[in-house]
Amino acid sequence: MQKINKVILLGSGALKIGEAGEFDYSGSQALKALKEEGISTVLINPNIATVQTSENIADKVYFLPVTPEYVEDIIEKERPDGILLAFGGQTALNCGVKLYESGVLEKYNVKVLGTPVQAIIDTEDREKFVEKLDQINVKTIKSEAVTSTEDAKRVAAELGYPVIVRAAYTLGGLGSGFADNEEELEALARKAFTYSPQLLVEKSLKGWKEVEYEVVRDKYDNCITVCNMENFDPLGIHTGESIVVAPSQTLTNSEYHKLRHLAIRIIRHIGIVGECNVQYALDPNSEDYRVIEVNARLSRSSALASKATGYPLAFVAAKLGLGYGLHELKNSVTKTTTACFEPALDYIVCKIPRWDLGKFKGVSHELGSSMKSVGEVMAIGRTFEEAIQKGLRMIGQGMHGFVGNKELAVKDIDAALTHPTDKRIFYISQALKKGYSVDKIHELTKIDKWFLDKLRNIIITEKELDKYNNIGDVPDNLLREAKQRGFSDFQLARIILRCKDSEIEDYMFRIRAARKERGITPVIKQIDTLAAEYPAQTNYLYVTYNGTEHDIDFAHDDKSVIVLGSGAYRIGSSVEFDWCGVNAVNTVRNNDFRAVMINYNPETVSTDYDMCDRLYFDELTLERVLDITDLEMPHGVIVSTGGQIPNNLAMRLDSQKIRILGTSAHDIDRAEDRHKFSSMCDALGIDQPRWKELTSMDDIYRFVDEVGFPVLIRPSYVLSGAAMNVVSNKEELKHFLEMATEVSKQYPVVVTEFIENAKEIEIDAVAKDGEMIIYAISEHVEFAGVHSGDATIVFPAQKLYNETIRRIKKIARKIAGELHISGPFNMQVMAKDNDIKVIECNLRASRSFPFVSKVLKVNFIDLATRIMLGLPTEAPSKSAFDLDYVGVKAPQFSFSRLQKADPVLGVEMASTGEVACLGEDYYEAILKSMLSVGYKIPRKTILLSTGDSRSKVEMIKPAQLLQEKGYTIYATRGTALFLQEHGIRAQILGWPDQRDGSPNTLDYIKDGKIELVVNIPKNLSKDELNNDYTIRRSAIDFNVPLITNARLGAAFITAFCRLEKSDILIKSWNEY
Amino acid sequence: MTSKKSTLILEDGSTFEGYAFGAARGVSGEIVFNTAMTGYPESLTDPSYSGQILVITYPLVGNYGVPPKTIDEKLGLPRFFESDRIHIKALVVSDYSFNHSHWNAVQSLDEWLKEYDIPAIYGIDTRAVTKIIREHGVMLSKVVPEGCEAPAEFHDQNKENLVAQVSPKEVTTYGDGPHKVVLVDCGSKNNIIRCLVSRGATVTRVPWDYDFTALDYDGVMLSNGPGDPQMCRATVENIKKAIAIGKPIYGICLGHQLLSIAAGATTYKLKYGHRSHNQPALMSGTPKAVITSQNHGFAVDTAALPDEWEPYFTNLNDGTNEGIRHKSKPFFSVQFHPEATGGPDDTEFLFDKFIENIENAKNK
Repeated sequence: MQKINKVILLGSGALKIGEAGEFDYSGSQALKALKEEGISTVLINPNIATVQTSENIADKVYFLPVTPEYVEDIIEKERPDGILLAFGGQTALNCGVKLYESGVLEKYNVKVLGTPVQAIIDTEDREKFVEKLDQINVKTIKSEAVTSTEDAKRVAAELGYPVIVRAAYTLGGLGSGFADNEEELEALARKAFTYSPQLLVEKSLKGWKEVEYEVVRDKYDNCITVCNMENFDPLGIHTGESIVVAPSQTLTNSEYHKLRHLAIRIIRHIGIVGECNVQYALDPNSEDYRVIEVNARLSRSSALASKATGYPLAFVAAKLGLGYGLHELKNSVTKTTTACFEPALDYIVCKIPRWDLGKFKGVSHELGSSMKSVGEVMAIGRTFEEAIQKGLRMIGQGMHGFVGNKELAVKDIDAALTHPTDKRIFYISQALKKGYSVDKIHELTKIDKWFLDKLRNIIITEKELDKYNNIGDVPDNLLREAKQRGFSDFQLARIILRCKDSEIEDYMFRIRAARKERGITPVIKQIDTLAAEYPAQTNYLYVTYNGTEHDIDFAHDDKSVIVLGSGAYRIGSSVEFDWCGVNAVNTVRNNDFRAVMINYNPETVSTDYDMCDRLYFDELTLERVLDITDLEMPHGVIVSTGGQIPNNLAMRLDSQKIRILGTSAHDIDRAEDRHKFSSMCDALGIDQPRWKELTSMDDIYRFVDEVGFPVLIRPSYVLSGAAMNVVSNKEELKHFLEMATEVSKQYPVVVTEFIENAKEIEIDAVAKDGEMIIYAISEHVEFAGVHSGDATIVFPAQKLYNETIRRIKKIARKIAGELHISGPFNMQVMAKDNDIKVIECNLRASRSFPFVSKVLKVNFIDLATRIMLGLPTEAPSKSAFDLDYVGVKAPQFSFSRLQKADPVLGVEMASTGEVACLGEDYYEAILKSMLSVGYKIPRKTILLSTGDSRSKVEMIKPAQLLQEKGYTIYATRGTALFLQEHGIRAQILGWPDQRDGSPNTLDYIKDGKIELVVNIPKNLSKDELNNDYTIRRSAIDFNVPLITNARLGAAFITAFCRLEKSDILIKSWNEY
Repeated sequence: MTSKKSTLILEDGSTFEGYAFGAARGVSGEIVFNTAMTGYPESLTDPSYSGQILVITYPLVGNYGVPPKTIDEKLGLPRFFESDRIHIKALVVSDYSFNHSHWNAVQSLDEWLKEYDIPAIYGIDTRAVTKIIREHGVMLSKVVPEGCEAPAEFHDQNKENLVAQVSPKEVTTYGDGPHKVVLVDCGSKNNIIRCLVSRGATVTRVPWDYDFTALDYDGVMLSNGPGDPQMCRATVENIKKAIAIGKPIYGICLGHQLLSIAAGATTYKLKYGHRSHNQPALMSGTPKAVITSQNHGFAVDTAALPDEWEPYFTNLNDGTNEGIRHKSKPFFSVQFHPEATGGPDDTEFLFDKFIENIENAKNK
């Protein structure tokens, strides 16, 4: 065997829908496994916010696109012996398959470690996959193409009703439907043939159970299934969109092992070495099954399975790729038993997806076969009721569990049950309360009755509790039962004490006190992979009321430091806060403290029990954090490295005498509270955009008269659509306020003056006792108005006046001093002609901390954590002025997954991830990072539709460059005329709705005649929006790169016109 | 819930309060656990659990109810159970599912337990109980529902000959295949018979102390069963005779321990018993690892095994013996359960191996 000394691992790039944080976890584990073997590792991943791209994980990191072109360049330079393709999601797999097919791997003699590429191809290609499984008589979902109604009837008879009919070559499911019998099929087929000459007839598995197995195989043909999982939602909803439990709950021994046996036959036949996931449909009325698909790589499900069981799938898969046998590896939890076993769970986990559909304009909330969720949570309990109620709180969308929520308005509850949406579980709650039987709900939802009965138990307990008005009257056993069924103190306060929202916190503490007095408190249990069969020293923990004894002891030696994690990934908070949390934990551990992590996101590295001394995989609610601090009695709690969730707990933990490390809770509140912060700024002479919190329409009109349009509107209660909006005239203002929000004393609206064409600048910094000791100033490419999470950010700032920088520093120092900051903070400012206004200030780590830390090569979190721990620290000597390279951070959007959503940028964040690349200059860095988020350099053609006059002017120079480079410029009428006035040839294409036979934008996009679309929205007038929307949306749907911001468009065009491929340097992070 | 209270009392004095389901009756017996996550209808009817109070560590139990008592016409055995009745003395769980859901269920676990007069308790910290049992090895206990009389003494069934209690009194024949297999039933699970018959065996099931060597047979199957192997002297004596005859022998669990004793090895009590569906075993001299279903507290010490025998499988977790084989003759036995139900079926190939041995012996 060839000795493996150096290995390349492909990462998954930016987080996107369907490919998120789980691959940071898998990749980090694989790198750890290789490092242990003394193998030199090279990681290619432009996602700078990940843990895997931190120091000391891989030996070399390339922040470059994971595309065949760049990977080949890196292979040529690094000359690795092996490559790992299974740890970076579909991105890495696709790239690896292309490198294999083009012969690059062979050319450089790079061995694919683990599953052979041919096996991957066999699972990815639908036809080959079906053929492969046919060979071993394993059933798959098959469809047959027919061209006549008679044939359709014949095929349906063979498959057995019900069948699903799909019209071929149509988009959006036009002409598709279900048929329960021949009569229905005839009607359906007749209709469908009007759309398409060919129909696909397939057995309908509507209502079948969906079950998954995670299977591992080594080169000796030893196989294990690490975990199985059952979807709460029946087939038809993408598993990433389903509530999932592990292990399966409604499968008998016979079903469980039948599917396990099949999974092992499949993995052997395909020839996987490492890990794969097998998804089944299982008939709810027999043992009939179908294999839905096999994923020959680490997946979201495998990350979940690893967290659900404590079995490190990615770590083991990497070792198997190097040639180990399962029996030669140890169980990482027990450290004494073998990795060749199947974990036994003595708890249930429940995964719930986190959606952010409210952030997008136009997107449908209905769930189906494509994924829309942006994150997920995993809840652990010893009853289903406990796990699901925990989970529904964890997803953090204002819900307090299965009950005790504000009722959602619903017109037709039956329809809401039949058509699954992100809110369906709450409609089930309403239906049960209204007296719907489990049978009826089952009929409408096809969810297994076992799950529904368990949910009904929660309603039964709620009704019992509802009989009391006083906590003292509630009998012990009922109170305990409620806690065992996952009721929070908040829910109990709402149900029993019926208090107003404003009083709830007070009442919650009353419940807590009463409960503790009666000895109704939770216990801490371990996840040990063996259900206590053998003793295990494991630090992987959860909290439950279904137990009478703690598994662990508490040292109470003032040495444990609790770091609060960031919860579910969602738009605005994702892997960057995991990086912050992990780095805080590292610093805590390296300084003679014990790090205790609380977090519940299965996609993260921070919830890897290897990372900390104790991991509580549990809620980040006030109640749960207090439960844990009661037991741990920690030295202190770090709330500033996990984003907004822990930050919001600061004041309340402080009120319970829990020590917050670093900046005091009082000062955090002075920054968080809009009014307090404003008066502080006034006192310090720091300027802010004018704003007011208003409670009536008249007040709003009066304020707008004073500051002028446009204004930014931030309602506190949203009826529909996005929460924030910029309006540029009275009509829009009126429309938005009346249609989308409520304005009242109870729900005030914040109106802020909006400054056009201002630069937006961020400062990330760390202070010690009010003195700023390090900072990083970065600027946005786009003007203010694009959310900072969606902006393209340059660090060090390249185009700011020294005077601007000086003023920003001065303001940051003043604020740090006034708020006695000890720890991380971030400030966003607007600058126009050296006039600086502060937009906001957060006394916590921000989204850009990993970016600036890695570009500057100074770990801001390490520094901040040392300060919070009270350790001696010196200000680093390094400054951004010393850097002779530039970093550019670019956002990743997932619009292609969000059907119908308008891919336009605004004040609400819409991106799901980000990358950052380094370059010798601004243009090299921006080009690399835009290529990393999926942009392609056009070869010949580009469409310009450049909006208002200012944007048009911005695009003149880039358009000249395009012309010089010989590009064909297509443009909509106004843009074309404008360009012609400036001596630039542009071919006019008609607007999408202009159907007069002349060349049309839409046709050109559809026909692949355009390689880049630049569409700058002009204003919000309706027609324009329709046409512009159609151009943008079809660019997304037909996979044509789209830019909607003039400044970004200008920068990108300039970059690719100026630079040749040879100007793009293949340099690893440590070479800068 | 309106369930009555019930108490689990362990020999060491610890008590656990829970709620009653199943029969309203106080009982006593040895308490054991299993970490399997599925398969309660199979476990409860497994004669190896005879007289024991079973703790299921997976907290949610009863989810898919209980299947019908359908008799397989060809075999004359229940299709979905491992014997004709529940063998455990009582059941201990954390969260009982009062509502079950499964197409093949005809009754709830609660109803089924009542039918066989078996008490059960839920609401117990089964993990805490398991840790106590794990450390103590053998532990006696009582389950006492509120209002029921508590058994006066802790009953130690290990002093009794449990095998004699569960073994049939008569000889029965199953199947009509070409290979004549004697099944020495020390408390056999039905699936052993199913696995043999489906491979072309006519199975003659005999009582544990029956001198089968007088029968005309092609191979001997030594079944699983409850309790201490040292209680089965009569069986060991018969096995010694069978070894002398030289026709194929295949032992499972207790059958493995009996074959080992007959071959000259000794048995001992494990510090931590194997009670789960996830036990890994490695086949000697190969890199072949298998996942097995197990339920035993005693193990074979191969130190005293004569030279013509060798270890066949070894437990990958604690290195204990999981099987032996004869170096030249067609004798082998395994500590785990190749017949599964419940548990993984990775080692069902051993039945093929046994039939192959029979065929080879016939062709000699």
